[in-house]
Amino acid sequence: MLGTAGVMRSVIARDLTLAWRRKADVFVAVLFFVIVASLFPLGIGPEPQLLRAIGPGVVWVAALLASMLALSRLFAADYADGTLEQMLLAATPLSIIVIAKVIAHWIAANIPLVLIGPLLGLQFGLPGDALAVLALALALGTPSLSLIGAIGAALTLGLRGGGVLLALLVLPLYAPVLILGSLAVEATAAGLAAQPYLLLLAAMSLAALSLAPWAIAAALRISHE
Amino acid sequence: MSSATREALPQGITWFKYAAPQTFFPLAGALAPWFAAIAVVLFVAGLYIGFFVAPTDAQQGEAYRIIFIHVPAAWMSMLIYLVMAFWAGVGLAFNTRLSHMMASALAPTGALFTFLALWTGALWGKPTWGTWWAWDARMTSELLLLFLYFGFMALQAAIDDPRRADKAGAVLALVGVINIPIIYFSVKWWNTLHQGASVSLKSAPTMATTMLTGMLVMVFACWAYAIAAALWRVRCIILERERRSDWVRDYLGAGR
Repeated sequence: MLGTAGVMRSVIARDLTLAWRRKADVFVAVLFFVIVASLFPLGIGPEPQLLRAIGPGVVWVAALLASMLALSRLFAADYADGTLEQMLLAATPLSIIVIAKVIAHWIAANIPLVLIGPLLGLQFGLPGDALAVLALALALGTPSLSLIGAIGAALTLGLRGGGVLLALLVLPLYAPVLILGSLAVEATAAGLAAQPYLLLLAAMSLAALSLAPWAIAAALRISHE
Repeated sequence: MSSATREALPQGITWFKYAAPQTFFPLAGALAPWFAAIAVVLFVAGLYIGFFVAPTDAQQGEAYRIIFIHVPAAWMSMLIYLVMAFWAGVGLAFNTRLSHMMASALAPTGALFTFLALWTGALWGKPTWGTWWAWDARMTSELLLLFLYFGFMALQAAIDDPRRADKAGAVLALVGVINIPIIYFSVKWWNTLHQGASVSLKSAPTMATTMLTGMLVMVFACWAYAIAAALWRVRCIILERERRSDWVRDYLGAGR
């Protein structure tokens, strides 16, 4: 029998191995992120002043969408092959397994976004310190995106039109992260302190970490009734 | 639930009696016309006070009179979401079907009031602020609230099994109710950085008594309307869900 920590470790290791063997999925999400962010200058025009102003928001919106697109993979494969049913029956609390799965998902799907984000910020002419804050804000904010999004993914599991429905459910709930994340970068670019926004982002992620697993577990149980 | 277990419940507590769809159905049918009548009377009275008794506003002229619909609608939009989440929570905790049906019955009314608040806000904004839409904190969070209502209804509509639809919707409503204050405050901070308080509802002058009376009457009218609409809708939902039970068959047979 594995202890709680052992179960978490093995679930994370398993999901990361699966993600590593399907590298293409990760690359597609990252490419989507880059393409969405690159489309904005084409639509708006190459004026540096304007691009610098909209840069933080555009990068965050693109990150939100890319993070959301990856969500449907979170439970789909386990749901299809019956693994999820075994997880529901396991002696380890479902919320623990769910936390492990979300952590693995965040590492595989969102850390690439954190790493690529500053590069996109550079395209929009953001100054150096703003780029560092952008990476930090993405690192602090994306965990709550994964956690809140996982609730939506669990609720829409196996439904027709799941992808579009997921967007409708999850994107309004993403609004605070988008706002605080963009504000942190804009404040830095304007020479103000970004710390309050970063702290709020971290607080939101911690609150999501403590509350979301229950909702995710409840939603998974509902989908298997 | 079989009728045997229902009869085994303690009969002394009348509150639980109406937790059964079968007993709530006639109660809702008896109450709904009364609330509808109260709503009509109060709407007429409130609109009369609003349009003929209340004085013209010194700054905004006649345009302010939309407040008699706008403010009650905005209040109802938030209140109904709370009530909906409350019934969803009760439904999850006690596994009562009627609570879930009530939550589903409230959602369209809540969405309607949210839409009305946004629409009348736009109509009010054009003559006073000179714009249909401003990214004001309240308007933005009201818009997000509308999306939350749509999400709830879309999720329930996408699930064929009613029990799963009920519970999935309940989880979403509860997640939404935790998020509403977070959304409101984040939007507020965002707004203060972007633009000053040029567009603020707080700077409205203190109201004349008749204005306040008219508005409160309209608020109660909206309450009565929302209750009547939800009761009628929940009756339809009960009939639809319980269509295979004997009492619905008897009821529908007797009506024919």
